[in-house]
Amino acid sequence: MSVEQNTGGGLYAPQEPIFPRRVKGTFRNLKWWIMGVTLMIYYLAPWIRWDRGAHMPDQAILIDLAHRRFFFFMIEIWPHEFYFIAGLLIMAGIGLFLFTSALGRVWCGYTCPQTVWTDLFVLVERWIEGDRNARVRLWRAKWDARKWRLRLTKWLVWLLIAVATGGAWVFYFADAPTLFHDLFTGQAAFVAYGAIAVLTGTTFVFGGFMREQVCIYMCPWPRIQAAMMDEETLTVTYRDHRGEPRGKKHENTTGDCIDCMACVNVCPMGIDIRDGQQLECITCALCIDACDDVMTRIGKPRGLIDYCTLSDQERERQGGAPRPAWRHIFRVRTMIYTAIWGGIGVFLIAALFLRPEIDISVAPVRSPLYVTMSDGSIRNAYEVRLRNKRNEPRVFHLSITAADPLRISLEGTAQLHVTVPPDQTFEQRVYVTARPGSPATEKAQTDVRFWVEDLTSRDRAYTDSVFHGRAR
Amino acid sequence: MSRKEKKPTDPGTTGHSWDGIEELNNPLPRWWLWTFYATIIWGIGYTILYPAWPLITGATPGLLGYSSRQEVRAEIADVSAANAAIDARLMATDLAGVAKDPALQRYATAGGGALFKTYCAQCHGSGAAGNVGYPNLLDDDWLWGGTLADINTTIAHGVRWDQDPDTRYSQMPAFGDILTKPEITQVVEYVRALSGQENDAALADKGKVVFGDNCAACHGEKGKGNQSLGAPNLTDPIWLYGGDRKTLTATVEKARYGIMPAWSSRLDPSQIRQLAIYVHQLGGGQ
Repeated sequence: MSVEQNTGGGLYAPQEPIFPRRVKGTFRNLKWWIMGVTLMIYYLAPWIRWDRGAHMPDQAILIDLAHRRFFFFMIEIWPHEFYFIAGLLIMAGIGLFLFTSALGRVWCGYTCPQTVWTDLFVLVERWIEGDRNARVRLWRAKWDARKWRLRLTKWLVWLLIAVATGGAWVFYFADAPTLFHDLFTGQAAFVAYGAIAVLTGTTFVFGGFMREQVCIYMCPWPRIQAAMMDEETLTVTYRDHRGEPRGKKHENTTGDCIDCMACVNVCPMGIDIRDGQQLECITCALCIDACDDVMTRIGKPRGLIDYCTLSDQERERQGGAPRPAWRHIFRVRTMIYTAIWGGIGVFLIAALFLRPEIDISVAPVRSPLYVTMSDGSIRNAYEVRLRNKRNEPRVFHLSITAADPLRISLEGTAQLHVTVPPDQTFEQRVYVTARPGSPATEKAQTDVRFWVEDLTSRDRAYTDSVFHGRAR
Repeated sequence: MSRKEKKPTDPGTTGHSWDGIEELNNPLPRWWLWTFYATIIWGIGYTILYPAWPLITGATPGLLGYSSRQEVRAEIADVSAANAAIDARLMATDLAGVAKDPALQRYATAGGGALFKTYCAQCHGSGAAGNVGYPNLLDDDWLWGGTLADINTTIAHGVRWDQDPDTRYSQMPAFGDILTKPEITQVVEYVRALSGQENDAALADKGKVVFGDNCAACHGEKGKGNQSLGAPNLTDPIWLYGGDRKTLTATVEKARYGIMPAWSSRLDPSQIRQLAIYVHQLGGGQ
């Protein structure tokens, strides 16, 4: 078998240029709003201030990698509380399942950054180069002064948006006003400039040139869709039983579709929705707006292209009426997703309010397990970590409870309390000693409970560990 | 624009057919191909600029002269430069005063811990629990003293380290040539009695006399030892070589001669201080 027998026209396909036409309508308006809100959140969120007192940053949303803290308004997440982040990611995943099974690829069509930024870039393109027809003409035109001027202007504006996008990203990781100043005076860390450069590049290329290629060839999500969607999923559909056979109005065909190509011309993915559900469709619903506009003008009912389910499609073909939308959305599958999603959410919120402001963890020193002292007593050492989650220094008192008499002492101090700085983890080596001849010296293990207590607030916590004696 | 002739679900075939199974032709995007070529060019460029191709000894060095060892060396130099100020502060503070400065104490402990793992752990163990013949540094029993100054001196000058004139030095005679066998048995029983171990009281009584004549000069009348001579305390349950009869007999007959290097020739004074502070805070410091 050789490649010469290839009948499919080449192993590689060039990217076909797409010139989405301007469209007006319900879904376009919704998309404008979502674009405005999501972009505003992205660009402005790091600049929101939130006063946490003297020892902590005053940025509302901050991922402080250097100090290993994540701040979100009144919430502070420590590294050991990473399960909050994991929980949020799981919720995001299940939420995506929920929305996809109920409404198809709404994430792709409305809120995915790739869609939002591409939409923004196309808007810029239209402002500078004109609508679809003008853009097609410009694309075909020779590279004369006008084409260069328009192209360079467009690329420059894209680049500015890309720099702003990359620039906004780094503000989530450092104090925004300080970093802003440092960025312009050349004092910011190399990683900040590097991150901006990389994100500027990806925004510029993905939003300006790759566009639908990212969705079709790079993103794994379209491939997962199939498992999430079923015949009850509301998705952008062409009512072929109503539209076909299609034809121009004067051609006297019976179908409602007049083959005006409005739906194809507005499509940012360059597909024809009338071919049925396809991998490339991000369900942005712009074809619905375009088609509704045409149907209104020719005096036919709207909804030739519409949010519809496969099951309703079948019902309509048989002459039945579609079921109401809520019956598609509220069904067992989406209920289960909602229950899991809500369950994790409730758990996280409960955990957030129940988490203590004092914490202790104990790691027994295992090299060696015990030390014999000169008076014959047996001593174990423990590396104790104390966490003070309040924004003020606190005095923590350490004690132990055990069945056998054991004595606790701290390294470097004769006292049993330590001052833990605000919002920090404090490490302290603790010794537990069994007197010569006491039972714990001969037993292999004796259970010990370590207590830490804030003597002023009576806040306390404990953790269990063991004391090792001579026996094996 | 006319409607596409092909449906998206019918991409055509490549013409390959095996047993009636045909291969659909879903062409790759062209940019993907270019990306692939770009990675090849990148790869070639990389192997020219960076160490890459294996040769008989080593590898091609690359035009940029990069080496990860050099990078580590530069990083270590950077860290040392960054530590210069606190190092100077450590040397300017007297040893006992370091504990009052939490930042300094933390620096010395962390630095000493790393040095300990590099230079000391081979004999004293990674947890500093020692081994037979190598003292446990965690307990409160010290041969040459457990204060910060004592530990610092021991680390700097070593023990029985001939090249260092200030080294800790003492030598127990091999009593195998001096005492008779029965006398050695008696003194061993007495030493066991001193440390509260099971012993033959009659022999120990006689051993007390032998001890007084031969051992008390260094180990003290009551066997409590003498840190200025490095003479171990014989009354506690901590033994460097062992407290059983066989080991004690061997120790008395042949004596012991443990050696520790003087680290002042290999480490700088700040590093020795860090080590002393680290060892002191392990739990036995006095």
